[in-house]
Amino acid sequence: MTRTWRGGALPALLGIGTFVIALVLMELLIRAGAINRFIVPLPSQVLLSFWRLIAEENILDRFLLTGGEALVAGVLLTVVGMSVGILLHRIPLLRQACETWIAAFASAPIVLMYPLFLVIFGRSAVTIIMIGFTAALPPVILKTLEGLSGTRRVLIDVGRSFNLNHSQLFWKILLPAALPAIFVGIRLGMIFALINIVGVEFLINFGGLGQLINDLAERYDLSGTYAAISFVILVSICFFVLTERVERWLRPID
Amino acid sequence: MAQTDRLTAPTALNLATNSVVLLRLAIVAIVLATWQAVADSGLLFRDVVPSLVAIFRALVNLLADDRFYTHLEATAFEVGIAMLVGGGLGLLVGLVLGANRLLGKAFEPYLYYLGPTPKIIFFPVMIMWFGVGPPSKIAMGAISCFFPIALSVAAGMRQINPVLISVGRSFRAAAWQMAVKIYLPAMRHPIVNGARLGLGVAIIGTVLAETKLSNRGIGFLIINSYNTFNMPRMYALLIVLFALAIGANAAIGRVSGSKPRHRLAGLS
Repeated sequence: MTRTWRGGALPALLGIGTFVIALVLMELLIRAGAINRFIVPLPSQVLLSFWRLIAEENILDRFLLTGGEALVAGVLLTVVGMSVGILLHRIPLLRQACETWIAAFASAPIVLMYPLFLVIFGRSAVTIIMIGFTAALPPVILKTLEGLSGTRRVLIDVGRSFNLNHSQLFWKILLPAALPAIFVGIRLGMIFALINIVGVEFLINFGGLGQLINDLAERYDLSGTYAAISFVILVSICFFVLTERVERWLRPID
Repeated sequence: MAQTDRLTAPTALNLATNSVVLLRLAIVAIVLATWQAVADSGLLFRDVVPSLVAIFRALVNLLADDRFYTHLEATAFEVGIAMLVGGGLGLLVGLVLGANRLLGKAFEPYLYYLGPTPKIIFFPVMIMWFGVGPPSKIAMGAISCFFPIALSVAAGMRQINPVLISVGRSFRAAAWQMAVKIYLPAMRHPIVNGARLGLGVAIIGTVLAETKLSNRGIGFLIINSYNTFNMPRMYALLIVLFALAIGANAAIGRVSGSKPRHRLAGLS
């Protein structure tokens, strides 16, 4: 009993409790005038603004728009990233030549190129999707490669002893063995894509949730801005938790 | 994969490295040639893909321009302060969360899940708090680099060899002595790694904020050349920025690699 208490419930309570107390404290300080309410709105007001965002700002439609952009970017990522990964795995020479480049590309600040994408694709959803896609491609390629080349020797030998040809070996042995790693790559890629998509929506003032924040801030709708930011953070956290569950479920037991 | 490498590597090592270098050169040549061909073909709008000569000329002009260095200085200053503030706070929070199991369990999940959210959306709030000048850009950089550094330090704390901690305790080291003499030296690698990740996102946060609203800095130059449709200059700026970001990243790695390791760190 005490072990589960110390192991799970107490820390969780402490975390949530601190958060709630901080909000209440903030509310009191603002009401007392210690913090300017034209810079930081009352937390209770922010909470109430959520309903306004749903009723007046069509936040759910915007959520679907951003989600749709992320989905397209995700499909592109999965198809292109896996194909490139498989190609590099097939041709070791190409892999030796390109793998370090792709790794360098992964740590490069791609999102800073957004004005370039604006010029090429115009101020449209295509720009947003392409930035999300480009910024998130390297982890998918690298993890696909890692998964394919990490297949245990034994499994490949089993396939060989059944006289499988190249494509059978790939579909029945290599790909299933690599799937957990590939999913890690896709999850990482989706996180990168989401960050960049919302960020660019905000920067170019176009599209879904990112634009809403920009809009509300320009209207100086303080409590609305804070509520929209909280909403985006909530959505991203839900996404991380969900994909983490799927990843854990996919992971092999060994 | 590893086994086939072992079989072929010793016999054909030179041949293999040579062909890798050749292939790389070939890829670079093909990319540049395609680029130039697209630029010359006029298939795309003029200047969307400027010719290599134009980009090179813009690069030379940019590097010869005094005003460029004033803007570079502004950005470097903002990123530097952001690293000091955000990195310092991250280090402090990481040390506390890593040292105390209860606090770590209570608050680390928040950092872990807040870490990968898009930070730039805090920019309007930062403008309200810190104004439209450099402080709001510094705040963006600091928020960005706080998370990777705090998480990396907290994780590093938990991987310290317990023997080192016992040694410190048996010398009756005070909390600050433990931090300075035991924890920090033993955690050089997680700290350097966190700083490397942090620097990358601090640059992104700061420069993105500059492109949104500012009148100085590299981000301002980039968005300004976009607004005046000076594409060669924009490419030149992006090349310089990428070179600087990758160079700074490599420099931090070099610093951690070349210094002789702390004698105690070898134990962990």
